[in-house]
Amino acid sequence: MSVGKAGSGQPIAASGRERSDRLWALLFVLPQAIGLLVFALVPLVFSFVLGFMRWDGLGDKAWVGLANFQKQLGDPEFRAALRNTIVFTFLTVPIGLALALLVALGVNKIRGRMVYRALYFAPVVTSSVAVAMVWQYLLNGRFGLINAWLRRFGMDPPDWLLDTRFVLPAIALVTIWWTLGLNVVIFLAGLQNVPVPIQEAARIDGANSWRVFRDVTLPILSPTIFFSVVIAIISSLQTFDQIFVLTNGGPLDASRTLVFHIYDLAFRDFSFGESSAVALILFVLTLGVTLVQFWGQRRWVHYD
Amino acid sequence: MTELAATRPRATTETGTDERPGGLGGFFREVPLHVLLIVGALFMVFPFVWMVLSAFKNMQQTLAVPPTFWPNPWVWSNVPESLTALPFGLAYWNSAYIVVLVVALTLLTASMAAYAFARIDFPFSRPLFLLFLATMMVPRQVTIIPLYIIMARIGWIDSHLSIIVPPVLLNGFAIFLLRQFVMAIPIDLEEAAILDGASRWTIYRTIILPLLKPGMAALAILTFLDTWNNFFTPLIFLNTPEKFTVPLLLNQFRSQFRIDYAHLMAGSAIAIVPVLLVYLIGQRSIIDSVATSGLSGK
Repeated sequence: MSVGKAGSGQPIAASGRERSDRLWALLFVLPQAIGLLVFALVPLVFSFVLGFMRWDGLGDKAWVGLANFQKQLGDPEFRAALRNTIVFTFLTVPIGLALALLVALGVNKIRGRMVYRALYFAPVVTSSVAVAMVWQYLLNGRFGLINAWLRRFGMDPPDWLLDTRFVLPAIALVTIWWTLGLNVVIFLAGLQNVPVPIQEAARIDGANSWRVFRDVTLPILSPTIFFSVVIAIISSLQTFDQIFVLTNGGPLDASRTLVFHIYDLAFRDFSFGESSAVALILFVLTLGVTLVQFWGQRRWVHYD
Repeated sequence: MTELAATRPRATTETGTDERPGGLGGFFREVPLHVLLIVGALFMVFPFVWMVLSAFKNMQQTLAVPPTFWPNPWVWSNVPESLTALPFGLAYWNSAYIVVLVVALTLLTASMAAYAFARIDFPFSRPLFLLFLATMMVPRQVTIIPLYIIMARIGWIDSHLSIIVPPVLLNGFAIFLLRQFVMAIPIDLEEAAILDGASRWTIYRTIILPLLKPGMAALAILTFLDTWNNFFTPLIFLNTPEKFTVPLLLNQFRSQFRIDYAHLMAGSAIAIVPVLLVYLIGQRSIIDSVATSGLSGK
């Protein structure tokens, strides 16, 4: 068997240096290569196989063909999970990123930017469980501070986390609060690439702030925005921690997400087959989003 | 994939000063913006303030309608009671030693692989590297069931090995990040060492590692945050409270105290205030690391 690119036109016996290089490369890569095999490739293939089987983790496995997928696609819990995940993505990604962009633009050239940056970023380093717990208290219908304020303004607020209509927006709010600083910091890094002289030249030419933003800043920032959108959608598809702590998927599955559903099927119902089927659907969704975005970036992202 | 703008090591640290030209006129123009940003910052910080204040109230105060801002009277017993109700000290120890191991070993395995991919021409290096990149696109929840089965087979369920070994032995993102840093190191030094007959291991240890410090520091911080706050895999792999990490113990605490918000907030504060203090001290490098990579667990 030939050995790739090094093989062509070379003497059959590799030189001493080359052999030793290959040996070292093998040793250097070995730990991660073992991990790649044991913790990614084997589990992924295993997931694929399990998606077409019925298994409770202990008894016999049985091939069931597409039955898991058929059952899940018709299952109200799965449908709720899929719908909620999509709605949640539409709630968190555009609003969260738009807010982050506004904050980043505001903080970018102001005195005390490092202080603002640090304050807005603080929730990002915080454990999801602690975040969810304090927001559970804040959002409590009777004792929560948020409703106390809203009542003071004469409103009759809902019990956010116990109301099927309001539970997803409420968790979206928590998530935006939790992740805002991350996007602010990424946008701020992106804004470092915007050359100040060009902005000033545009301004001297009579462009107003909006024009400068639209015609100068935005095009240069577009790779960063694109990157953030991809990451935000993918992580939104994986929402679990907040749901688990805040609502356990309730009320009436109104906040059940795909990953919560995967967890529920596998580790509460022990339907490993059906859970794997849903995991594969999540995988395909993630892959689809990534591919669509990489195709889309060619159309609207300006790389310099 | 390799062209992700925010992942290039160069467009990174913005440790510039806060000083801007503009004088007094500039200051007045900035006032409305400051007002908006301060309101936003209050919104960001308030939940932490509320958590800490509530930790010093009693149950009646936390359930008062409408709630009062300051504790009255201040109740000092919630924090010590929470510390004894569940083994928080042990959880801190578990989290700490797990994080130290994961960070140290990840730096080792990822930097070795990154060096090989950046500098050594070996068979299948390109497809192998692409395979590592591809793993970044597989959500960890997709493979959690097979992983659980593997762990059960080798007897690692309820063992810390289940949450230490997988992230150490597979981190495509870490390889990708460090490879970028290695490629930014001038190759001349290495070529001289090769002519002198130095082995690849010597080069890695004496030339690459010292110059890789900025990348390693960034990766260490990111790995620290991810590991410390990780909830999903410990939730699935660990069963006994004595083995729990901090987020997992906090979750246990939650089911134990239900709506006793005074204790719940005391427990939450115990779980995150030390982290926030570390953050306060190191915020500049922590934030810069995240900006460098543009990626985090969320």
